[in-house]
Amino acid sequence: MSIVMTTRPPEAPSNKVASFKPTLLQTEEHHLCPGCGEPVAIRLVLEVIEELGLAQKNVSIIGHGCYGSFIMTMDVDSTLCLHGRAPAVATGLKRMRPEVAVWTLQGDGDMTSEGLAEILHATARGENITCILLNNGVFGDTGGQMTASSVIGQRTKNTLEGRDAAYHGYPIVIGDMVAAMPGSAFVARGSVHNAASIAATRRLIRKGFQRQMEKKGLSLVEILTMCPTGWFVPASGGADYMMESLGKTYPLGEIKDIAATEQA
Amino acid sequence: MRQVTRGTLVIDADRCKGCELCIVACPPRVLTMSRTGNATGYLYPELAPGCTGCTACQQVCPDFVFEVYKYHEPIVSGSDAERMQ
Ligand SMILES: Cc1ncc(C[n+]2csc(CCOP(=O)(O)OP(=O)(O)O)c2C)c(N)n1
Ligand code: SF4
Ligand code: SF4
Ligand code: SF4
Ligand SMILES: [Mg+2]
Repeated sequence: MSIVMTTRPPEAPSNKVASFKPTLLQTEEHHLCPGCGEPVAIRLVLEVIEELGLAQKNVSIIGHGCYGSFIMTMDVDSTLCLHGRAPAVATGLKRMRPEVAVWTLQGDGDMTSEGLAEILHATARGENITCILLNNGVFGDTGGQMTASSVIGQRTKNTLEGRDAAYHGYPIVIGDMVAAMPGSAFVARGSVHNAASIAATRRLIRKGFQRQMEKKGLSLVEILTMCPTGWFVPASGGADYMMESLGKTYPLGEIKDIAATEQA
Repeated sequence: MRQVTRGTLVIDADRCKGCELCIVACPPRVLTMSRTGNATGYLYPELAPGCTGCTACQQVCPDFVFEVYKYHEPIVSGSDAERMQ
């Protein structure tokens, strides 16, 4: 089969329609695993921040997980905080600098296992922050152990036979909990398993930041991200595996949008 | 076979980690995995004529391997403008 030369840009007249990396990322290099969904989600957040003109006025508060290494390469002001405490740190920052877009980046282990109290209290207070949750249903960074978000039947490093509700309990569906509280403005769940979902997720992230700028309250944008390493599946099988497992417990779409309620 | 190509890529093959997510993401299926490894030993995608410039591969790739271009005028296979290896 014939192969097109792709080592340099074309000579025939053309427009560049997509760049390697978002402008707010300083390098394409990262050490996350093959097939990991987290870099894809982080690309979306950085692109939205730039689109909304927030590049020079946003601060990210980063939890602990594989995504945390992007603190080294994202061209945004960032601080790393204790495991699970990102919404609390974001609260302090936002109250001192209300004009700045403050966003948190947490994994499911960070948000629903180690720091459940923080996201709930920040929502109860109606803090004007945008919380991004990368949900892969495992503690990816430490080797794929069960989190509060692991779904029933899910194989993890410490639930090799699958999560058993009778023994391990049921998953915490944090999006539904946050949506039920009056302090939340926007709650939605996206996914990066294919290009259509990635485009839809970009729109959800955008709304999550817009509601903060409109001072409506807390936004939570959960993004299902592949963790083939922690799931013990091949990198090429991560996307399908995710929708067969996490996708069944965590349906995609908007859960709550205060703007829609106000219009009605 | 007459093949129309509306877009093309720059593929930074040495950054690829071989996950194959781009292969299934490409609507016209013009990406296939190489047979030999890149600098790190991973197989990487190669482009056949027929790219539409839709950017799906660039969006799904976790390793920022793709840059996408759209031609002002579509290129018909066999023409001089076609970039064959
Ligand atoms: C207080 C505390 N406990 C445990 C750890 C170890 N630790 C670091 S990352 C991590 C897993 C994080 O999981 P998650 O937030 O889901 O992120 P993922 O790696 O899956 O993206 C753990 C348990 C820590 N750094 N601090
Ligand atoms: S362990 Fe999972 S979440 Fe962490 S980099 Fe690897 S695939 Fe991504
Ligand atoms: S831009 Fe679209 S058509 Fe071209 S290789 Fe990528 S996915 Fe395929
Ligand atoms: S999606 Fe990216 S990293 Fe994965 S095989 Fe394709 S080019 Fe390589
Ligand atoms: Mg996780």
